[in-house]
Amino acid sequence: MSAPKAEWPLWEVFVRSRQGLSHKHVGSLHAADATMAISNARDVYTRRQEGTSIWVVKAEDITASSPSDKDVLFDPANDKVYRHPTFYDLPDEVKNM
Amino acid sequence: MTQEMDLNQRFEDYIASDQKIEAKDWMPDAYRKTLIRQISQHAHSEIIGMQPEGNWITRAPSLKRKSILLAKVQDEAGHGLYLYSAAETLGISRDEMLDALHTGQAKYSSIFNYPTLTWADMGAIGWLVDGAAIMNQVPLCKCSYGPYARAMVRVCKEESFHQRQGFQIMLNLSQGTTEQKEMAQDALNRWWWPSLMMFGPNDASSKHSEQSMRWKIKRFSNDELRQRFVDMTVPQAELLGLTVPDPDLQWNEETGHYDFGPIDWSEFEQVVAGNGPCNRERIETRVKAHENGAWVREAAAAYATKSAERTSSQTSAA
Amino acid sequence: MAAQDHEWILRFGDDALVLAQRLSEWCSHGPALEEDIALSNIALDLLGQARALLTLAGQREGRGRDEDALAYFRTDREYRNALLVELPNGHFGDTIVRQMLFDQFAVLRYEALANQTVDRELAAIASKALKEVRYHAAHSAQWVVRLGDGTEESHQRAQASLDVLWSYTAELFEDDAVSQACSDAGVMPLNAGFEASWTAQVEAILSEATLSCPESSALHTGGRNGRHTEHLSYMLAEMQVLPRTYPGAAW
Repeated sequence: MSAPKAEWPLWEVFVRSRQGLSHKHVGSLHAADATMAISNARDVYTRRQEGTSIWVVKAEDITASSPSDKDVLFDPANDKVYRHPTFYDLPDEVKNM
Repeated sequence: MTQEMDLNQRFEDYIASDQKIEAKDWMPDAYRKTLIRQISQHAHSEIIGMQPEGNWITRAPSLKRKSILLAKVQDEAGHGLYLYSAAETLGISRDEMLDALHTGQAKYSSIFNYPTLTWADMGAIGWLVDGAAIMNQVPLCKCSYGPYARAMVRVCKEESFHQRQGFQIMLNLSQGTTEQKEMAQDALNRWWWPSLMMFGPNDASSKHSEQSMRWKIKRFSNDELRQRFVDMTVPQAELLGLTVPDPDLQWNEETGHYDFGPIDWSEFEQVVAGNGPCNRERIETRVKAHENGAWVREAAAAYATKSAERTSSQTSAA
Repeated sequence: MAAQDHEWILRFGDDALVLAQRLSEWCSHGPALEEDIALSNIALDLLGQARALLTLAGQREGRGRDEDALAYFRTDREYRNALLVELPNGHFGDTIVRQMLFDQFAVLRYEALANQTVDRELAAIASKALKEVRYHAAHSAQWVVRLGDGTEESHQRAQASLDVLWSYTAELFEDDAVSQACSDAGVMPLNAGFEASWTAQVEAILSEATLSCPESSALHTGGRNGRHTEHLSYMLAEMQVLPRTYPGAAW
């Protein structure tokens, strides 16, 4: 058996605040295993009925984009104005479009 | 332009345009260090702050009060947890922070080194100490570091009942029997000055303030917040029929603020230096809880490792 | 005269109150911040149950006693909780093994109380409480498994806790005139009726935890009739100090 780690791993917690909404990141916590992480998330992040569903993900399992790639990743979307509805001028007579 | 200068420029631009800095963004070392120091101190204060109030949970005078107090102290544990998590995004582990607390290297708010002698202290802490804390904390919801700001939004939202429950305790006592009223006055006498000291040294002698204000980690000066607190609290004390223990306290028509007497900073320094009434007990209690829990944390970690191994051997067998 | 309903309701309420008081002693002493919060949550649930049950018991008794009169102005000889819940917390293993043993019982009792239609007020309290204690039961069972099947040290500690606490479990299934009257009224089966399910549940947890079920040996009993351990009087002295020092004061 491998020696137990000194510190319980860090988990990121996502809570669905009510049916129909997507899960939102609310914070993190430490737990030894996934069951405990759910349990702790319930006690730490939904003490005031903030949730109807919880996801927990080990922080080390998350792959994040690098901030240094921010320009490369996100700036190119900047000039695609034709993706937005306001780009299209239509006669006023056209309703509900 | 070197890459470092480039990054620094971007950081400065973010700060200047009130954009948040996020965990993985480049930031100057000093900014990171300042945040780690401040956020972990703040987390430690929440955790140590559980003790003076925890002292009265088992003796709360009604079952309703017991529920409220327990929920409140539990919230403080939650707040400590949010804040440790925010600090962890800066690359320090909770264990490292706890070590620093347990070995006396890290500071926490000195107010929690005062003893809670009567039930009225539960009222005074909620009303004054939480009141002062809220005053300090609300601006932090807008601080420049995203994870800290978000943790503080959550803290402030939850904190709002804390002060109200404290004031209600004071109100009940001040409208109660003679003994209860004396209890309330005694608590105000003991907690007033330490509460004013919670805002930290006067601006002229505050060593971290200026840089923190520039980085928008801190948004108002110690003295500004302290004045705001006095202005808010004095009328509340009058409403309770209690006397603020400051002979120099008086309304200043010209400035539109209350003038108040000089703070005894030598006491503050004594408590910060570790010589307050409860410094030793607070840390000892914390260390003991941590040490007594070691075998439990190890057991849970060992069990998690074992279960993971079992699951993976099952999967590979299948 | 047959036993009255407030007598059995008081037993349910006292179990919850005394255990809540014990668990609240953990606040700021937990083995990890997350577990500190969890224990407080359980204590708060139990406190809520106690308040509802004591309020109801007071109403049924009809002598004008509210939750606080019952909590703060009865002596240990008037408390009706089982001995198991008043035992000092000991270490985390003692607390969590005790919690598991009690939670498994509480789930069964609240299930019965929630499903009867004789006493609807009691049923309403029980169905709310049932959701809470089911969560507690899952929490404590998971921890017993972690400790039992964790490290060698935790295994030994958990087994030792179990060996001591086991002798306090038989009391939960004892019956007397009060539980008989409760059963006759159709409110709840006799306590003895819960024993088989409880034993099956507990044995399953212990087996997963690699802990061995102790031989039943010494039997500690008396709580339901006010004969408690030495610990309860101290616990109440602390809990009741303010209302007893300042009688008539409102807080």
